Amino acid sequence: MLEIKNLHVSVDGHAILKGINLSVKAGEVHAVMGPNGSGKSTLAQVIAGRETFEVTKGEVIFQGKNLLEMSPEQRAGEGLFLAFQYPVELPGIANMYFLRAALNAIRTYRGEDEIDAIDFLALCKEKVKIVEMDERLMKRSVNEGFSGGEKKRNEILQMSILNPKLAVLDETDSGLDIDALRVVAGGINALRSPDRAMVVITHYQRLLEYVVPDRVHVLSEGRIVRSGGKDLALELEEKGYAWIGEGAATAAPAGAGG
Amino acid sequence: MAAPKSRIEDLANREYKYGFVTAIDEDAIPRGISEDIVRTISAKKNEPEWMTEWRVKAYQRWLTMVEPTWQNVTYPPIDYQNIIYYSAPKPKKQLASLDEVDPEILKTFEKLGISLGEQKRLSNVAVDAVFDSVSVATTFKAKLAEAGVIFCSFSEAVQNHPDLIRKYLGSVVPYSDNFFATLNSAVFSDGSFCYVPKGVRCPMELSTYFRINAADTGQFERTLIVAEEGSYVSYLEGCTAPMRDTNQLHAAVVELVAMDNAQIKYSTVQNWYPGDKDGKGGIYNFVTKRGKCAGRKSKISWTQVETGSAITWKYPGVILQGDDSVGEFYSVALTNNYQQADTGTKMIHLGKNTRSTIISKGISAGHGQNTYRGLVKISKNATGARNYSQCDSLLMGDRCGAHTFPYIEVKNPTAQLEHEASTSKIGEDQLFYCRQRGLSNEDAVSLIVNGFCKEVFRELPMEFAVEAQKLLTVSLEGAVG
Repeated sequence: MLEIKNLHVSVDGHAILKGINLSVKAGEVHAVMGPNGSGKSTLAQVIAGRETFEVTKGEVIFQGKNLLEMSPEQRAGEGLFLAFQYPVELPGIANMYFLRAALNAIRTYRGEDEIDAIDFLALCKEKVKIVEMDERLMKRSVNEGFSGGEKKRNEILQMSILNPKLAVLDETDSGLDIDALRVVAGGINALRSPDRAMVVITHYQRLLEYVVPDRVHVLSEGRIVRSGGKDLALELEEKGYAWIGEGAATAAPAGAGG
Repeated sequence: MAAPKSRIEDLANREYKYGFVTAIDEDAIPRGISEDIVRTISAKKNEPEWMTEWRVKAYQRWLTMVEPTWQNVTYPPIDYQNIIYYSAPKPKKQLASLDEVDPEILKTFEKLGISLGEQKRLSNVAVDAVFDSVSVATTFKAKLAEAGVIFCSFSEAVQNHPDLIRKYLGSVVPYSDNFFATLNSAVFSDGSFCYVPKGVRCPMELSTYFRINAADTGQFERTLIVAEEGSYVSYLEGCTAPMRDTNQLHAAVVELVAMDNAQIKYSTVQNWYPGDKDGKGGIYNFVTKRGKCAGRKSKISWTQVETGSAITWKYPGVILQGDDSVGEFYSVALTNNYQQADTGTKMIHLGKNTRSTIISKGISAGHGQNTYRGLVKISKNATGARNYSQCDSLLMGDRCGAHTFPYIEVKNPTAQLEHEASTSKIGEDQLFYCRQRGLSNEDAVSLIVNGFCKEVFRELPMEFAVEAQKLLTVSLEGAVG
């Protein structure tokens, strides 16, 4: 579903990603871990089409199409969803209204009819339950005055309504207490399906206890230095990222995942 | 992302939609101003002597006045002798019905989306159409007359309702009020007059549509609205002008009077030609608007959406004279390219337990400069007065500016005032967030701006709110690329 080949990315001439290779198939959940500054969030933003980053080399193929030639909204239309590490506040725009506008933009992109208000309301009610979100938040402005946990739940709610083919979750677990983490993980698991892929970016192994990945990749200084099964996350938790640093020096070039 | 960007730039450079000129014969007087010119205008309108003398008195006063310079806008000196103060479509004769209006003018208003044919009317809106210096048509007069509402051009009102005009003209904005209002008092050519009798709820929205057509012409119109005890009227005002590369002056005066328990809701969607993207041409919109809550529990609301004009300079205010009266001001002012706006309100609390609310939203894009300037004055006798002010500025890009000058004068210790202000930027991160969710760049900008203006838009009558949202979207196209 997603093929990243030798991806090089820089900001203001400063190289951040230095040759990423990653292959994710439908139905798989891949975890990308790594220390601060290793390029995890950059990877997520580049996949989603953030223009502040410059792709200097390599390609990103999504369902056979060149993702790098598309605008962020085209990528969304193609079925790509990014759960933001820091969800943005949009004052004066009701959460419900925003979500319906987004869903209809994507449906229009796909040549489908827009959803009417009544069907949308029903869909919303159903999905709100999954993330155990207070329904009143749907009437408030997008993320405005939401707690950290509410913002993250809102991201998962958006994901479940927009129903993407590939979801990239950027540190969705950061800033969550254990209860919120469980709820958010439950929301993610509910969306696991044979025709959907997920890339879960995280700092800690904690989330992966709930969302068990098929593959784990360790990112360090802009390269994937190690890939393995779910046990790699545990090993990493135990030994710390310093261990990777040592390993990376001697390891053969890291293989692409899955 | 090169492709969508250049498309947005194309949209930004798209021409002002209302910039066409109507080819008709105009009856214009010579350029410049003098007592003779003032008398000529009055004579052309066949005015009674008291009206002529009022104009001359204003002209004499104007000669002693100096053009103010304290405002936060810059423009080259205006040559008042190079303006044509009166221009009217020919032939100017008394029109018996709409069928006699020059078809070219009817076409102009059709093109602007204002249908003067009553059968194709906007639902439940009566329109007075002002073309250059004169009112060319007023719709639904008969239906309004049934309810006792007078709605006609100012010229007609001077002829047919002289007592009302003499009583109220200048009662809120005196002829000596300020440089531009005084100039208007001397040379005003037409405008709208509305009188709602006691206890009448005006059965439809009233609307005046102002159109400047002729070149080098100033438009100086006056609007006077009087709402008697217990009455209600909602009034809409719209404006456009052709694209010209010289600046044109629009110096209007609007006076509102609300008696006991009366309510006036005055909404403006101002879309004068703003000049081109380099700041050439455009209308100078220097307007004096003021309402007087003369009676107890009366209420006056100003709602304005200002997207046009090279320079907008106005402060629609309310004099809260009656006890328990209420003044409101809701404003969205947008400046793009080289537009400048210095706008806000004045709330003058005189009566007891008077209340006022100010919600101002300034949006600056391109090189636009946007200033909120407001005065809240609580006089000694205004016991229990309350004001709430909120001034928010939204910046797009890094070449524009937002400024806020709130003035507060309180002479009564029981007054309660609240003032909130904020400045924000449309963040690249907000746009990216919206686009990641599937919205186009333009839709994202429009969504964010409309969210910002929501508190003001909900005060507009339904049809206007939709128009205003569209207008804002069009005016901002390309502001964030």
